[in-house]
Order: sequence, then C-alpha cells, then structure tokens
Amino acid sequence: MLDIVIGTVAAPAGQPDAHTDGSSLVTIAYLVAGVLFILSLAGLSKQETASRGTWYGIIGMGLALVAAILGPDVTLYGWLAIAIIPAALIGGVLAIRVQMTEMPQLVALLHSFVGAAAVLVGFASFLDPHAGMTTSEAIVHEIEVYIGVCVGAITLTGSIVAGLKLHGSISGKPLMIPARHLLNLAAVIVTVLLGVWFVDTAVDVAGNVIVMDTLGVLLLVTATVITGLLGIHMVMAIGGADMPVVVSMLNSYSGWAAAAAGFMLGNDLLIITGALVGSSGAILSLIMCRGMNRSFVSVILGGFGAAEGTTVSLGDGPEGEIIEISAEDTVDYMQAAKSVVIVPGYGMAVAQAQHALADLTKQLRSDGVDVRFAIHPVAGRLPGHMNVLLAEAGIPYDIVLEMDEINADLPDTDVVLVIGANDIVNPGAENDPSSPIAGMPVLQVWKSQLVVVMKRGMATGYAGVGNPLFFNDNTRMLFGDAKKSVDGMLGAIGD
Amino acid sequence: MKVGIPREVAAAERRVAMVPRTVERLRKLGFEVVVQGGAGVKAECSDAKYIEAGATVLADAADVFEQADIVLKVNPPSAHEVAMLRSGQVLVGLIWPAGNESLITNLAERGISTIAMDCVPRISRAQKLDVLSALANIAGYRAVIEAAHRFGRFFAGQMTAAGRVEPAKVLVIGGGVAGLSAMTAARGLGAIVRGFDTRLAVKEQVESLGAEFLVLDFEESGEGEGGYAKVMSEAFLEAEMKLFAEQAIEVDIIVTTAMIPGRDAPILITSGMVETMKEGSVIVDLAAERGGNCALTVAGQVIEHHGVSIVGYTDLPGRMPSLSSRLYGNALAAMLEELGGGETFTIDTDNEIVRGALITNDGVLTWPPPKPAEPTTKIDYAKDFGKRPESDTAVPAPGTDPAAKAPGSRQGLMTIVGVLVGLFLLLIIGLWAPADFTMHFTVFVLACFVGWQVVWAVTPALHTPLMSVTNAISGIIILGGLLHLSASATTGAIVLGLLAVFFATINISGGFLVTRRMLAMFRR
Repeated sequence: MLDIVIGTVAAPAGQPDAHTDGSSLVTIAYLVAGVLFILSLAGLSKQETASRGTWYGIIGMGLALVAAILGPDVTLYGWLAIAIIPAALIGGVLAIRVQMTEMPQLVALLHSFVGAAAVLVGFASFLDPHAGMTTSEAIVHEIEVYIGVCVGAITLTGSIVAGLKLHGSISGKPLMIPARHLLNLAAVIVTVLLGVWFVDTAVDVAGNVIVMDTLGVLLLVTATVITGLLGIHMVMAIGGADMPVVVSMLNSYSGWAAAAAGFMLGNDLLIITGALVGSSGAILSLIMCRGMNRSFVSVILGGFGAAEGTTVSLGDGPEGEIIEISAEDTVDYMQAAKSVVIVPGYGMAVAQAQHALADLTKQLRSDGVDVRFAIHPVAGRLPGHMNVLLAEAGIPYDIVLEMDEINADLPDTDVVLVIGANDIVNPGAENDPSSPIAGMPVLQVWKSQLVVVMKRGMATGYAGVGNPLFFNDNTRMLFGDAKKSVDGMLGAIGD
Repeated sequence: MKVGIPREVAAAERRVAMVPRTVERLRKLGFEVVVQGGAGVKAECSDAKYIEAGATVLADAADVFEQADIVLKVNPPSAHEVAMLRSGQVLVGLIWPAGNESLITNLAERGISTIAMDCVPRISRAQKLDVLSALANIAGYRAVIEAAHRFGRFFAGQMTAAGRVEPAKVLVIGGGVAGLSAMTAARGLGAIVRGFDTRLAVKEQVESLGAEFLVLDFEESGEGEGGYAKVMSEAFLEAEMKLFAEQAIEVDIIVTTAMIPGRDAPILITSGMVETMKEGSVIVDLAAERGGNCALTVAGQVIEHHGVSIVGYTDLPGRMPSLSSRLYGNALAAMLEELGGGETFTIDTDNEIVRGALITNDGVLTWPPPKPAEPTTKIDYAKDFGKRPESDTAVPAPGTDPAAKAPGSRQGLMTIVGVLVGLFLLLIIGLWAPADFTMHFTVFVLACFVGWQVVWAVTPALHTPLMSVTNAISGIIILGGLLHLSASATTGAIVLGLLAVFFATINISGGFLVTRRMLAMFRR
C-alpha cells in the first residue's frame, strides 16, 4: 500500500481542474474555519462571551477537520483513525485530570506537541514534495521547510524544558553556562549556514529541481538537533518567575511554526491560524515584559535574579524593624475594616491557599466587608494564572481586579493582605532609582492604612531585591505557610 | 514568674492594670497571675472573670505585693505601696519620672527595677507598647463626649418641622493622637470641625478626617523631635493667637490638646477670648494637668465663665475604665513579651525599648536614658495613620534620570533600523518570490494584524484560557499531517504525517477541553 514511486503523484490541491473534486468547497470550509477562529479569540475579550468563543473555536476546528478528511488529499482512513482516536483520548484525559495549579506545565506540554508536529510536518513535506515545482518555487519551499522545522524544534525542546521547570522536575534556577551568549550566537550562525547549504542542495548545478536527496535529509536532521539544543539551553538559562514570558514566547513560536507549515503546504488556514496564535503569544510576552519593566531581549537572554545587576542593591538593602502580627489580630483588623484588598502571588499557588482564601472572602463579605483581589500582570507562572486559581476556588470574577483598576483605590483601602507576593508590591520599584526593578509597575499597597504581608520568611523575592515595604510603620508581617495562616484566620473568624 | 495586679489606690481611679482578657495573654506568655480581690470592679471586671481567665484572686494588696515578682500598676505607686515593694521586684506602670523625682530615687534606693510605660521610646517597633497614644486616643474621644454632654444643641445640623438647627462648630487645637481622635469623634456626631496644628505635616491627616485645616499666613514648621511640637517664635505665636481670637467668636466648642514635652502647656485661649465666645459654648482642655491651654482652666474641675463651660478633667481616659484598662493591659502584656515572657524574663538594657522605659534597675537610677546615638531621622508624622506627607516619598520619577535617556535614543535608532530591515525584506520578496508565495504572504501579514487587534482586546483575567485556546487552535497543524495521508505519498511522509496527526490531536482535544473547564469556573 505504501510502495508508491515518487513521481507518479496525484493531482495536488489547487490545480486548475481541481474544483471537480470539491477542493474549492474545502477552501471555503477553511475560510469559514479561519473566521471562526478569529471570532473565538474575539470572544475571549470578556468573561460573558468567552464560553461562546470556545464554541466558535471548536466548530471551526471540526469544520476544518471534516473538510480536510473528506477532501481529495486524505485517503488512508484506517491509519488516520489509529492516530486520531487514542490521541483525542489522551488529550481529553490530560485536560480533565489536570489541577489548576498545574496549568502552566500543561500549557507548556501542549506547546511542545505543536512544536513536534511542526517538525514532523516539515520532514514529511520535505520527503513528499509537490511535483512540478519551478526552480524558484522549490527554493522557497526548501526555505519554508527549513524555517518550519527549526522553529518547531526550538518550540519542542524549549517547551519540554519549560514544562519540567514549571513542574519542579528540574530546578527553576537559571542555568548559567560560561560564554552562554556566545554559544547561542554560534548555534544561530551554524543554523543559518546549514540552511543556506540545505536550500542549495534543492537545486542541481543545471538549475533542475532535486526532489529528495540524502544530504538534504542529513542537513535537516543536523539543523533540528542544533536548534533543539538551542531551545533547551535558552529556557534553562531563564529563571522561574520569568516563566510567564517564556511560556507566552513559546506559545508565539508554536504559532509561527504552524504558519511556516502553512507556507510549505500552501494552506491558508494554517497560515491564518499560525499568525493568530503567533501574534497572540507575542502580545502576551509583551504584556508580561511591560509588567516587569524589562525588555523582551533581556528576559530571553536569561540569568535574571541570580547574577549581574542584582548585586547593586543586595549590599545596602533596606533595614529596619519589622512588626509581626498574629492570624487572630489580622482577622480583627479585617473584620473592622470597610474595604480589604487581597494581593495574591505565586506563593498562594504553591501553598494551595486559594480555597481557604475563598472561604475567608465569603465570610468577610457576608459580614459586610468589601473584599477585592488585586492581580499584578506577572503574578504567578502563566499570564492570568492567578485569575484561574481564584476562579477555581469560586471567587466571583467581578471582585478580581487588575493592577490599573485597583491602584487608585488603594489609598482608601483599610487593610491590604499580601499573600505570597513580594516584588510586585515593592515600593522600591517606584522610589528607588538604583533598584534592579526600578520602573516596574507595582501595586501601591503601602498607600493603604494597613498592610499585612504573609510570608514564609524574610527571604527576598525572585528579583533578589530587599523589600522596604516590610519595614514600613503600617506594615505587619504574618510569618508562616500561607495555607496554615489563612486556616488560622478562618478559625479565628469562626469564634 | 508571678505577676501581681493590686487594686489601684489613687482617689477616683477606676482603671486596673490588667483585664481578664489580657490576663489570658499573660498566661500564654508563661506567667502566673495574682489579682487583688475587687481590683477590676470599677472597670467592669469581676473577680470571677479573673479566675476564669486563670488568675488567682487574693484578698489583700499586701499578699499581692508579697507573692508577685512583677507588680503591674496604672498610677505611680503611693508611699504605702512603695513600702510594700521589696528589693529585686519589678514594677511596671505609668511613673511620670519627670515630676516624681523623690519617688524614683526612693524606688532606686529600695533596689526595685522600675519600668515606666510612659517612657517607652516613640519608635515604630514600640507602637504596640505605646500607652500614651492609646490613652490619648480615648481622651480625645471622651473630650468631645464631655463637650456634647454640656453643649445645649445637636452637633449635626437638622431641618425639622419646628425649625432649622445649625450644626455645631468645633475647633480642635493640636493634631496629635488626641486631637485627631477628637476631630474624628466630632465629625462622627455631625459637627463642622476645624483643626489646627503648628506642624503643617498634620494637614493631610486632618483633612482626611473630613475636618478643615486652619492655616496661618506664616512660614515656620513646628516639627520637633520625635514628632512632638516645639516652641515657636514670637511672631508665629502672635499670628496664632490672632487666629484663635477670630475662631473663638465663631465656634461653639474648643478642644485643646497642645503640649510641649518637659514644659508647662502653652496658654492659647486667654480669658479675653473666652469672654467673646457665645454663651453655652464649651471648652475642653486636655492639657489641664500641665496647667491648661486655657487661662481659666482648673485642673480636675468644670468651671463656668461668662456662660462658657471650661472642662479641666484630668482623668478623661479613666472615665472609660474598661476600654482604657484593656488597651493599657495589652500594652503591658506587649512590654512583658518584650522582656522575654514568663520563661526567659530578663531586663535587657541593650533592648532599645526596654532601656528607654527603664527608670531604676537594681538600685541604680537609670533615668533619663542616654540619647540614642542617631536621633530619629525619619520622623513619624502619623504613626496611627500610616501616612506620610508627599515630600517624604517624592523621588525622581523613572525616566527623568539623565542616564536613562541614552537607552531611549538607542531604542529610537533600533526602531528605524527595524523598519529599514523590514522594508528591505519586503523588497526582496516582491522582486524574487513566486506569485504563489506572495499571495500566501499577504494572507499571513493580514492575519497577523487581525490577531494583533483581536488579542489586545482580551481581558487579562482570561489570559490563561487565551493561551489554552490558542494552543488548541494551533493544533490546526494537524492539516499538515493529514495532507500527507494519501495513498500517493511516500512511506516516510505517511509515517511522519501520522505522528504529526497524533500530536496535534492531543492538542486539539486537550486544549479545547481544558479551556472549557477553566471558563466554566469563572463566575460572577
């Protein structure tokens, strides 16, 4: 069945006489799917329309799949079923089993699948090119294949490393190989040179198209390995709290890889979808970088939070007296308050304190206290991570506000409860130009009447910067595991 | 360690050093507690409550003094009480060493270690031990209540069927803890409140309470050491007196709280001013004990002059005994905690708070304490409110730093270079790329722009669902695999295509399902 000789290729899609086999219908189906995908992303602009948006996405995907499978190109239905059915089950089980705190890992893992698919499609497309290409078409096709495979490989390995880091299987600390920038640069240069060579093999001296040769395969495999290593090394060098940027960057890459696959196959739906996903990931990366006031390049070069730049402030970090508080007293203050703002950070996710926090919120709200949540753009390990955790715990989304929405209200807030967050509430970012995080937008919790900071100890946050907030007169420190402290508060509120 | 709480002997004193609630706290700190029978009766604390809290009730003061290692008091000890104290015992209470020299020398001679709660240094860490602020807060509130009691009208204005009642006008002089507390209470009753303080830094706090801050047309700040006011210049005082004279004619209630450490209270309201006030007006003088801010004040009494009541009570906190006792007891417990609790009780003279409050130690007079090496550089404008004037936090905004300009211009250059490179690439594509490619390229660029527009509209709260949905739809790469699943393809391509379909399908089903799961959780 598979012993088909190269050259006796069936009519590829898009040939002039193709409308007889329904390929125009397929193209229209792809167009509708593309529109549905755009509507799907547009639906996510608000919570109210988000669910409808997913349905658009699902319908679009179903339409595209049905069109492709019933279209003229797919004939091996038995094999197809063998590939699709178990994969759909695996995906379903993953999605149902995953804990909300494990979302970052799952998202990274899914990115790696797109990367893997892109690499595979690239190789397949290389092994099985459309016949009758002109010389320039062949060259462009080779370039597309090469780019698709390289981006796919970076996405694949980078996402796996990111997933392992987020899962805690490997340390979240940045890995700092000496001369790592040179190493990366060398990898990029070698990849580009290999690419030139690879494209060159597509055409022989006389300008005739060579359909397939072993040298080409070898070059493509080498390039895959090198870019794969580059992906690993790049993500290894990036520290834990920069992960939101990395994950959104990989999200973007998976889109570009899909778009590259679209180019090599001449499929507009793939191109459109790839472009949508690519720009979506790029925007998220940009938002995350702005949230940290750092350039994309500095995040990607990695190494933040461990080495250069942070030493400036470590020596002369803020000092002073801290004032401790008990869980019981915290409850007293919160019950007496008119308005309370809770600022969650990654520490809340680690301690799994969101459910206890939701109970506390419910109690306080039923006592007439105005409780709201303030979410910094880079809180957590994934864009929007905190929102998902709070939603999971059953906290209504209309009391969960963004930094820009709540900063103006903080001066009129009676009690701010900071739970497992540090850098995002550091006043040094605003008023200490020498701080490594100077200029980073932060939640101005210190302007409120009283700030209670829940922390395990006096350790610095991710940026390695001391936090003068802890020494303020209106700051109280509640040391201990966040979950236990919140449970303690719940106990006290019950009395 | 055993802590003893005798009944207060001072005349008309209703307070007690520890209420049952604070006794419980001491028990947790590892102390044994003995209480003289009836010690808390006037503060609404029965002996039964003390026993319930884990204290032992003794009938006689003598027994309490006999058994206790530490004696907790409110007022300075009487001569009789001093006689009952023995060498090695610790006494904690309000001592007022500045006015009680003979008492403290006596205590020192008798080998008693004395900790004066009124001498706790005013540093941030000592806030919870700060009884003076706690009591001043009560005094300020009570001052307004006393005024309201004597004042013949509503504080709040009203429009009734029987006619209009204008709101009372209250002037509070001094924006310390007591003053701010008085302003809060008066505002709470609905009066028009005006506040005055020589320290301009207080303005923001006064206004935050809804009161009007009176400003002199005069430049001089009264900010003294440790957040207290200092003595002002002649010209300033003149301007100030003029202001008070004007206000006296207008307002109905005056609450004065002006005190300068180590001196008599300044006279701010002369008898002439009192005579210009409306009949039925009330002056409450919180500085009565130190001579009073009003020339006519008699400490501990209420007098009437030209129809104006002048309240000179010196026991305003004591008029709310249960609250005063509770807050005072909390501060005492915090002090005992600072001293190491019941298990590790030590008088550590290296502890800044302990050293500041330590009046006598092992027969040596240790008052006044040495000046701290570095006087409070950071002045605590409003310890109870946690706010600071803007000037304190004013720093160069990011970006105004000249050094920061360089990267900015570099960024501009980068943008130009980027645009040029982009144009160059477009030129190359236009010149050499096959027609088919340019068509796809057009779709690609337009799709990027559509994506860019659409995704910016996504609310940040849904960024995680956005990622999982884009993940799912990027599973569309399954098409790349599908298109190789035709009988005409090479074996290798088919195998690779099948694998691609496998991975992409995981993405599609996993991505959409997890998105649906997440979105189902977002509830209003």
